[in-house]
Amino acid sequence: MRLEKRPQPSRLWTAVTPVLAVLLTMLVGGIMFALLDTPPLEAIRTIFWDPVFGEFAFYYRGQLLVKAGPLILIAIGLSLGFRAGIWNIGAEGQYIMGAICGAAVGLAFYPMEARWMIFPLMVLAGGLGGWAWAMIPAVLKVRFGTNEILVSLMLVYVAEAFLASVSQGLLKNPEGMGFPGSRNLQQYPSAANHELIAGTGMHWGVVAALIAVIFAYVLLARHLQGFNIRLTGEAPRAARFAGVQPARIIVFCLGTAGALAGMAGLFEVAGPAGQITIDFNSGYGFTAIIVAFLGRLHPVGILLAGLLMALTYIGGEAAQSTLGLPGASIQLLQGMLLFFLLATDVFTNYRIRIGQGARA
Amino acid sequence: MNRRTLLAGAVLALGLAGQGMAQDEPVKAGFIFVGPIGDGGWTYEHNQARLAVEEHFGDKVETVFQESVPEGADAERAMTQMALGGADIIFTTSFGYMDPTINVAKKFPDVKFEHATGYKQADNVATYSARFYEGRAIEGLIAGKMTKTNKVGYIGSFPIPEVIRGINSAYIHAKKANPEVEFNVVWAYTWFDPAKEADAAQALIEQGADVIIQHTDSTAPLAAAEKAGDVIGFGQASDMAEYKPSPRVSSIIDNWAPYYIERIQAVMDGTWESGNTWDGIGPGMVEIGEITEAVPAEVKEEALALKESIASGEYHPFTGPLNKQDGSAWLAEGETADDGTLAGMDFYVEGLTGEIPN
Amino acid sequence: MDLSAINPILLIASLMVSATPILLAAIGEMVTEKAGVLNLGVEGMMITGAVVGFAVGVNSGSPLLGFVGAALASALLSLSFGLLTQYLLSNQVATGLGLTLVGLGLSALIGKPYEGIKSPTLGDIHLPLLSDIPVIGPILFQHDIMVYLSIALVAAVWAVLKYTRIGLVLRAVGENHDAAHALGYKVIRIRLLAIMFGGACAGLGGAYLSLVRVPQWTEGMTAGAGWIALAIVVFASWKPWRVLVGAYLFGGVTVLQLNLQAAGLKVPVEYLSMSPYLITILVLVIISARGFHGAPASLGRSFHASS
Repeated sequence: MRLEKRPQPSRLWTAVTPVLAVLLTMLVGGIMFALLDTPPLEAIRTIFWDPVFGEFAFYYRGQLLVKAGPLILIAIGLSLGFRAGIWNIGAEGQYIMGAICGAAVGLAFYPMEARWMIFPLMVLAGGLGGWAWAMIPAVLKVRFGTNEILVSLMLVYVAEAFLASVSQGLLKNPEGMGFPGSRNLQQYPSAANHELIAGTGMHWGVVAALIAVIFAYVLLARHLQGFNIRLTGEAPRAARFAGVQPARIIVFCLGTAGALAGMAGLFEVAGPAGQITIDFNSGYGFTAIIVAFLGRLHPVGILLAGLLMALTYIGGEAAQSTLGLPGASIQLLQGMLLFFLLATDVFTNYRIRIGQGARA
Repeated sequence: MNRRTLLAGAVLALGLAGQGMAQDEPVKAGFIFVGPIGDGGWTYEHNQARLAVEEHFGDKVETVFQESVPEGADAERAMTQMALGGADIIFTTSFGYMDPTINVAKKFPDVKFEHATGYKQADNVATYSARFYEGRAIEGLIAGKMTKTNKVGYIGSFPIPEVIRGINSAYIHAKKANPEVEFNVVWAYTWFDPAKEADAAQALIEQGADVIIQHTDSTAPLAAAEKAGDVIGFGQASDMAEYKPSPRVSSIIDNWAPYYIERIQAVMDGTWESGNTWDGIGPGMVEIGEITEAVPAEVKEEALALKESIASGEYHPFTGPLNKQDGSAWLAEGETADDGTLAGMDFYVEGLTGEIPN
Repeated sequence: MDLSAINPILLIASLMVSATPILLAAIGEMVTEKAGVLNLGVEGMMITGAVVGFAVGVNSGSPLLGFVGAALASALLSLSFGLLTQYLLSNQVATGLGLTLVGLGLSALIGKPYEGIKSPTLGDIHLPLLSDIPVIGPILFQHDIMVYLSIALVAAVWAVLKYTRIGLVLRAVGENHDAAHALGYKVIRIRLLAIMFGGACAGLGGAYLSLVRVPQWTEGMTAGAGWIALAIVVFASWKPWRVLVGAYLFGGVTVLQLNLQAAGLKVPVEYLSMSPYLITILVLVIISARGFHGAPASLGRSFHASS
């Protein structure tokens, strides 16, 4: 038995494998839940069904958007780079720096009331913060050929240390009784990223995520730059012959990913999270990498994958509080989902040959 | 718009259910935990209290909990989830849940919320915390009496009022017991990172400290003390009895059970009211774990006497004359500190060296 | 402000202990990366090692058996990464992140019954005579066996990579897997072994935390040590002895800042703790500016014979 590379990824398998992976996760997850003395079917229903169709779905559906918004926004940016073979795994750092820069702009204006100016400026600053942070690995790669995987990862830790510093110093709430953390931006109308329609979970970050999906789809399907990105990833030599400048692709992909991650950070800190605290970042930047892969680096796929990932979080929380499942089991479930997807993914790009088929 | 009315409808329905249930349905109590219930410290004790609630009320109560809930948006969702699921009272057990608790409480006026260690209240949000500094006074006394090197090492988590209060209280009573005593404070900038806590304890021990007081949650500092030999320490948040009789010579235990039982009872009786509870040794919210035989009998006796006088209210750990670190007067002879100053404490008392970082 | 309170000998001795978990994990990861595989799941493998090592140590009463169990368990876990990336050709970055999730979740479930108990721990070995030498005695010769073992492991990895055929093949696979394949080497098998070696080392590092350093099992106790190990490999530019230096430097920064604080100095903690990562980036830039990229050329790329 051996694998033979398909000339083109199989369309059928591209569609089938995610479903297969989810089913496998439910099966193995169900066995795990049974081992933990929880009725498996009820657990699976609580995690995968109830948030969308259950009794309180009117609340959870909105929360799915809140949770999926930043994941999708970041993953879209990352997927452009991944397609071109540029591995930015430091989105978490770009997310943090975007949040800090954006929040700092907002807090600098406190308590002035001018939403028409302050909020857009914050979004801009958030995007710029993330962009600048991503430009470090981009410039180093272009200039010195430094490995972007490692530089972007190192910069996550630098950003985390910086976050700890500002939340206890520069941005600390002067009325916060000495506790680390900034003022709550939700309570500052000019800077708050509230729900646009109450109860729907729809805030500017979700809107931005949807725009990003459309933008990425058009870029990849219709635009020359998108073609160049794909070409660089699939056939770097051909790309060079076609006159594609790798430096431009690197700067474009990392810059876009950084800006989107930075904006995601700002939308989160001004909205659902509310304030800069030592650990306000809850790993969205890393989870988004998983989302990008679950979504096959395809904009629509990422949209669905982001929602699925959000579902496991929200359903998982519900399963914890209603069925008493340990939080760790949900983490394990998410790991399994990813593993099964990656494992079944092989059918998309390769064909399994049994016996000695002719070699190409 | 449709969904908004739905949410309001659900809230209303729950509110009605809340009133109707007093007779037959069990009271549902929810708990939001910041760490895993197996952390052996802060969250562990809150969960022990939850179990005590179940034990006490039997099938008159139903508890639900969620562990490792990040502070921020996720906390808000976890609380909403519980409120929607029919919880009558929700305990949110970390400072960072303050704003989320207030937000969710606004949406569910008929659900009672109890927020630990915060300072924002509402009609249906009460706050509660423990006067850990009372326990610190007893640790300070034992530390002062027991140290041979006259150096006490103190591992702080973050420079926040609660921790600073503890340092001051321990120092004042160590100094009374032993005028030669010196405190070395190390900030770990974490509540829970066993390896780092071990390193911090090690650094303090190497610089001559033979008593370690910790305000972080893992047992790692006690393990470091045990390894060094001849160094003592105290259990923090939970008893940490596995290190008895030495290095763990005593402990401060957070005992939330009496409070939780009282508040849930109040919900059952329909007498629940918002407020701010700040209890210490007297009402049993702060417990002093067994003082082991590693402590000489007369020191133990003195420590227990101090505990008694604090418990009875006869003595306040912050009683003047006391000066601030810079020498300026704070409390006059016989004057005791008011709760407002204690709640926002951001200064060291006279005699402590080093600066509070910010 | 009493700097004289810091005893440099004790400082070095204790930073060696505190750096041992990250050293073990980093040297393993270095071998994996030398073979051209980037496994970002070090944190997951470490914590699995921590819980299994603790469980075996408690049940058998022997910490050494605990270490063996930890190495086996983490090697087994890393095998799942190996099968996915080598046979099913999945992306290494994503699979590594998945491995971290699985490891963290699994360890917490396994560890539930072991919370709040003490384990048997390793004693220090005072090498006779040598440990009495002033200054270097306490630094070098008064540790537990795992500290010595970790240094010996670095030496062994160095010698094997430099002087043996196995080392040559490993490096060839990491530099250019197609050429190595053409020469008849079993690329996939070699990579699988390298991945399992990395897993075993990470497991030992985790077990050192739960059996010696802390010693107790608590959920999430590695608190990011696995990610630091990844940074150390880069800092070391894939050279074994520099891994040792890197681990002692990364571990040393924490120990040093805590010591400075204990001595009453006002320390900018956050800036000190970000410094090793900045230095790592600087090192990366310097080695890549010199023209050769430092990293094994096939790092992170999937190998498939027909492509």
